[in-house]
Amino acid sequence: MEYSPVVQSHFENPRNVGSFAPATPRVGTGTAGTTDCGDVMKFQIRVDEHQRIAEARFKTFGCAAAIAASSFVTEWLTGRPLDEGETLTPAMITDALSLSTEKQHCSALAVEAVDAARADFEEKWLRPAAGHDA
Amino acid sequence: MFDRPVYLDHNATTPTDPTVLEAMLPFFCEHYGNAASRAHRYGWVAEQAYDDAREQVAALIGASRREIVFTSGATESNNLAIKGVAEMYADRGRHIVTVATEHHAVLDPCDYLRDHRGCDVTVLGVDAEGRVDVDAVAEAIGDETILISVMLASNETGTLQPLGDIARIAKDRGVLVHTDAVQAVGRIPVDVNELGVDLLSMSGHKLYGPKGVGALYVRRKGPRVRLSPQMHGGGHERGLRSGTLNTPGIVGMGAACDLARRTMADESSRQGGLRDRLERMLSERIPYIKQNGCVEARLPNTSNLTFAFVEGEALMMKMKTIAVSSGSACSSAADEASHVLRAMGLPEALAHASLRFSLGRGTDVADVDYAVDCLTRAVADLRRISPLYDAACDNGDASGIEWFSGEPKASETS
Repeated sequence: MEYSPVVQSHFENPRNVGSFAPATPRVGTGTAGTTDCGDVMKFQIRVDEHQRIAEARFKTFGCAAAIAASSFVTEWLTGRPLDEGETLTPAMITDALSLSTEKQHCSALAVEAVDAARADFEEKWLRPAAGHDA
Repeated sequence: MFDRPVYLDHNATTPTDPTVLEAMLPFFCEHYGNAASRAHRYGWVAEQAYDDAREQVAALIGASRREIVFTSGATESNNLAIKGVAEMYADRGRHIVTVATEHHAVLDPCDYLRDHRGCDVTVLGVDAEGRVDVDAVAEAIGDETILISVMLASNETGTLQPLGDIARIAKDRGVLVHTDAVQAVGRIPVDVNELGVDLLSMSGHKLYGPKGVGALYVRRKGPRVRLSPQMHGGGHERGLRSGTLNTPGIVGMGAACDLARRTMADESSRQGGLRDRLERMLSERIPYIKQNGCVEARLPNTSNLTFAFVEGEALMMKMKTIAVSSGSACSSAADEASHVLRAMGLPEALAHASLRFSLGRGTDVADVDYAVDCLTRAVADLRRISPLYDAACDNGDASGIEWFSGEPKASETS
């Protein structure tokens, strides 16, 4: 099966691969997928004082489409207000990468992992808990 | 270095040998007769060509000419054997025994007979090496059992089944034995009488013949096997398979079998040496590799390897200059890992991380060394991206990696 040039570009040269050092402040981490279905995605977002996503990182086990979708999403997230993360939909990723029907689960999984990373950040850094400045 | 991908997918299909093509060519525009035309020379030439091809096919598997039925390929051969026996012997019993690692061209006809023809089907499991237990086969045989269908060699792992032992038990119990021998014929010596099988499926394009032609061996003596035809019409192939015969294809299949018979011994040891070189070099260079299948009883050309923490399709996409096949059917809607590897107890994550390398006559040392280089790079690249590899490096207890012995190389951690 031939992938679109966008998928190939992200797969050949994935952007923002990696993880933040464990002690990095204002980071949210989210994972989605299981090894059973053949895809596991892990996203991290680092959010600045203005609630803007300063940087994003990913690590993904999965097919070329899953890796490309992850790379694409980290680029999309970078520089956006944290709230805007809510507007990311699987259809946006599918369209941007021209994914075929059988690869659409990759888009859904990426959104799931991003949502988990945002929730994790909000849980750890935005809730009025002791020890953290919101 | 290479103008097209290095082809290491010979279990999927093989190139038609040029000498085979040459043998076929006169049968398109020159000798185009129909053997059913018994009154003129055109028909006689075709008849003679079938006879010669039948002899060549029979000689490769120790059969006699009259025991060969030409078909459109191994899928048809399997369907004819399994459904043909089930229908013909329905009054004797309705139970069929097969194995979980069979090709879908065996499993699906069995499912059909169960769902639509009231048959009972027992699907036996396999051990971690992919072999079925002979005692389990013996236990599965009951009064109603009419057929046991067990492949000779696995298309995915190359593992050989203990077919001779199974056939001996079946014979004692009066049960017919069919084998899908598509991957074995032409690669290892196959003799229907030594094995004691009653029906054997083979394919042209797996042994350097053309696509669209296959054969079914049907035993004529001890016992004489009868089949209910699945294609009705002009009564070709002694009524077992109607339809004007594919003369060029059949001539090609014959030529391919003849070539295989003459070159098999040399090619087996040569390809076996290359396959061992591939496995040795990869295991020296890449940590966390597992070989799937039976080491002792295996086709010489096949290697199925798990590269933990990376997904098979992604690995193939990373190596555009190598043509292999994946244990992961990620491109299909089902999105499932190989049923063969799962039947062997391989965890899903590892089944998804598996590739099959199948060598052939065209494979040389340079191909193998090139593949090793590409794989080493691709696996390292993808492990750098893999969250599973991180997890394993961090705590060493990621699920499904209990078989690992070595530590990951420091150079590979990100």
